[in-house]
Amino acid sequence: MSGGLNVTALAVFCAFFLLVTVLGFFAANWRRGDLSQIGEWGLAGRRFGTLITWFLIGGDFYTAYTVIAVPAAVFGAGAAGFFALPYTILVYPFVFLTMPRLWNVAKKHDFVTPADFVQGRYGNRTLALVIAITGILATLPYIALQLVGMQVVIGAMGVGGSGLARDLPLIIAFIILAAYTYTSGLRAPAMIAFVKDIMIYLTVIVAVIVIPMKLGGFGHIFSAAQAAFDARPATAPKGAVILPPGGAWAFSTLALGSALAAFLYPHTITSVLASAKGNVVRRNAALLPAYTFLLGLIALLGFMAIAAGIKPSTPSMAIPALFLAMFPSWFVGFAFAAIAISALVPAAIMSIAAANLWTRNIYKAYLNPGATPQQESRHAKNVSLLVKIFALGFIVFLPTQYAINLQLLGGVWILQTFPTVICGLYTRWFHHTALTIGWLIAMALGTFAAFARGLTALYPLHLGGFSAVAYIAVEALVVNLVVAAILTPVFDRAGIKRGRDVTAADHYEDPPAPGTVIPTTPLGEPAAV
Amino acid sequence: MRSPQTRPKRRGWNWLLLLPFLGLLFPVTYAHAEPALFGLPFFYWYQFAWVIGSAIITGLVFAVTR
Repeated sequence: MSGGLNVTALAVFCAFFLLVTVLGFFAANWRRGDLSQIGEWGLAGRRFGTLITWFLIGGDFYTAYTVIAVPAAVFGAGAAGFFALPYTILVYPFVFLTMPRLWNVAKKHDFVTPADFVQGRYGNRTLALVIAITGILATLPYIALQLVGMQVVIGAMGVGGSGLARDLPLIIAFIILAAYTYTSGLRAPAMIAFVKDIMIYLTVIVAVIVIPMKLGGFGHIFSAAQAAFDARPATAPKGAVILPPGGAWAFSTLALGSALAAFLYPHTITSVLASAKGNVVRRNAALLPAYTFLLGLIALLGFMAIAAGIKPSTPSMAIPALFLAMFPSWFVGFAFAAIAISALVPAAIMSIAAANLWTRNIYKAYLNPGATPQQESRHAKNVSLLVKIFALGFIVFLPTQYAINLQLLGGVWILQTFPTVICGLYTRWFHHTALTIGWLIAMALGTFAAFARGLTALYPLHLGGFSAVAYIAVEALVVNLVVAAILTPVFDRAGIKRGRDVTAADHYEDPPAPGTVIPTTPLGEPAAV
Repeated sequence: MRSPQTRPKRRGWNWLLLLPFLGLLFPVTYAHAEPALFGLPFFYWYQFAWVIGSAIITGLVFAVTR
């Protein structure tokens, strides 16, 4: 890459950034609501229809870090990095089945966060607190990683220097982001998501048409990639164009574990709860794979970078470097703006989700139980600022690798809320103390396993004659479920009292269409087991 | 349990949603180079085909159970 400042790219970049800034502040007036209420600020009043939800979840789930990290993984390892595609395919059948239930029960009881649901379902403060803390812990490094995505493209345009000068553009971008999230709440990222997604689609479609033409077609790209993998020194990790049989368990457990974890993150749940009804979520489960197709194309860019002979300083730089090598400056500016704006949408939603969790499940539950809705909303706004300042500090003052490692751990941690949250949507069979202990053991084991492997996602298992290298999050989840299942009858027999379940079986179902006569049912009956 | 008349949904269709999991979670069955399509090895275009297949299945289940 050339060392100098890419003025054309930077000008185009800044113009688009300015556009979304104006949109972000304007969003406060969009579908006006009383933003001093947490449900309005933090969930935009649960009024988003199919189209807005499509853009919002698309903008929230396919982040800047994804756009950088997925092709970087393919660039580094080839086929093994492609698990992102089955992951983002399998997530939607799962969303289709589970998330409308969560939406219905949340609407019925005015739950804003997953931990609100856990409190209502199990009637246990400790378990709700545990779920809230896990959510916050998993989200903070994720916000920090969005900054990494931004940092990469800003750096690739030649904006550099040392110390504060290097970080200044990032700090400015984040102050702007913090300001409009504060004033507009979830409406800001929803509106910006429109611009972001259209820009990303354009960028990727142009890239997958133009770059293969320049490189002599996909057949040539793949043979060049295989040749490059073969030429790597024996000491380097081997890559492959076709997944070797030994990598199968890692591939499928990473895909499955990530798919099950994706909609346990507070920010994705926030996007789901902001939709207007359960069928909006279901319809989107069929429409969102359009983004998955796009992600697959983005992943292929990793092979194109190999075939183009890109030699990036770090794998994260592979895609920005490929764009710089292949496109005129003005398009590079457009593409980089698309990536940077991709960072803004999830970062805003993540900070809102983390702030909701803190406010509802720690501040209101423990510190100020008498908080009025206005106090809640004001508190959440302030915490959303704090969360972003924290994430910024993390990136500016600590090595980037810390954020990457923590986000990897975050994925392991968040999946450990599965038994409580997802199983809880279907059954009250599990005892809350059994779930808490299962969570604790799985969190400890998962963290330990990740550290034991030098902070990588995979841990080799040996059970009798069977051995496999698999995703730590899934291994820990199995332990989690087994512990919770064994301890549930133990605690019930020991007579440890269960909390009160405020939900009933029909709260999880779609409300009947207006005019439908339904048989009356007794209220407060425990949910079906 | 609620009376079944409340929501006359055909829940059996939900089983179709297992197909993408069966199709994708056993990569040994599709980790091949051939047959390639437009220069894309089978391993890749098979997965891309499932993006569309899974969307169609989910859309179908939505249409018949709504």
